[in-house]
Amino acid sequence: MSTLAHVFEAAGIATVVLASMADVAKKVGPPRVLACEFPLGRPLGKPGDAEFQHQVLRQAFDLLEADEPIFENFPEVVESDEMPMACALPPRDDPDAPPAVDESRGLISAYRRAVERKGVTAVGRAIEPEQIPAALDTLHQWANGAAWKDVALPGKNTVAVCHDIRAYYLEAALELVGDLAPGSRSFDAWFYEVTEAGKTILEARRALKAQEAPFPFWFYMVAGHLE
Amino acid sequence: MTDNRSATRGDDAMRALASTMDAPEFSSTSFTKLNKPLSECRVAIVTSASLHRPDQDRFAQGDTGFRAFDRDDRNLIMGHWSPNFDHSGFQLDLNVVYPIDRLQELANDGVIGEVAPRHFAFAGNQPDTVSEIRLDTGPQCAAQLNADAVDVVLLTPV
Repeated sequence: MSTLAHVFEAAGIATVVLASMADVAKKVGPPRVLACEFPLGRPLGKPGDAEFQHQVLRQAFDLLEADEPIFENFPEVVESDEMPMACALPPRDDPDAPPAVDESRGLISAYRRAVERKGVTAVGRAIEPEQIPAALDTLHQWANGAAWKDVALPGKNTVAVCHDIRAYYLEAALELVGDLAPGSRSFDAWFYEVTEAGKTILEARRALKAQEAPFPFWFYMVAGHLE
Repeated sequence: MTDNRSATRGDDAMRALASTMDAPEFSSTSFTKLNKPLSECRVAIVTSASLHRPDQDRFAQGDTGFRAFDRDDRNLIMGHWSPNFDHSGFQLDLNVVYPIDRLQELANDGVIGEVAPRHFAFAGNQPDTVSEIRLDTGPQCAAQLNADAVDVVLLTPV
């Protein structure tokens, strides 16, 4: 972002950067920075809060008055919300299926309602929604000792497939919780600590690492700080 | 923070990591001073959230290109490859990443002159030299902004 600011300014366009990582913005040094200590992924701070977003924009655009490069901090910090979101999962339906496979099948109705309502979905980078259970079945097998070279993953690209599974769960879960909007890390906490799918992805990733699969193949399946 | 569950430390971990990484440094800072009041300026948003419409090409891993979309587009997908930040905020309210409705409100109130006809998304990929962004796709995007007579760009990260 800050690099682009340099490029745009050189082309005669005035810029204001909302910076989520103040240290990086200071190093790159674009001419106008409003550093905002908000949850990563929420550069305007608070979803659904137009007044707060306007406060951020007002302070950002005020920087255009300065006659020289300027760096300011937005005065209010928005903390991450770390508690797992409260989203009930479907009951066990097919006791013969791996728990994650069963669970993901149970979310398909909520997922479809979400897509119907929003008209757009982030699922589909590597697999279609109907392939989510099959992908989780492969991850379950890897987690339980199958060699990754022997059991193929639908969609092939582990990072993209894990993205699609997360997006499927996110869209279904937001549909199920209605107006109880989750905080910034509430979905991640719920997904990795509560859902069978999240736990299966973490276990599969550990198994791939132990099998000495190539680093990019497993590392980026989940956030870098997760084990 | 009152607990130490690993999923809770994501933002801290990312900020700590980012502060240790090499960042491009510029020997001089280009500075464009507005020659008219903000209330007469045309404003565009450029984000690194990898936003795109469903009918546009997805961002590939390591993609240094950009996508343009119309100011009326709301059916946008956040096509970012990084699992390291929150995606739920965008699902709840796209303005928390791409404040297009706020910008329209500012135009309606006369705070800014006009919302630009097109807005742009990059993927936030910066190979070590950032030369693609500096010398190729960044200037291409700047040319399109200038073609749209944009005066001010608001840059939003994720």
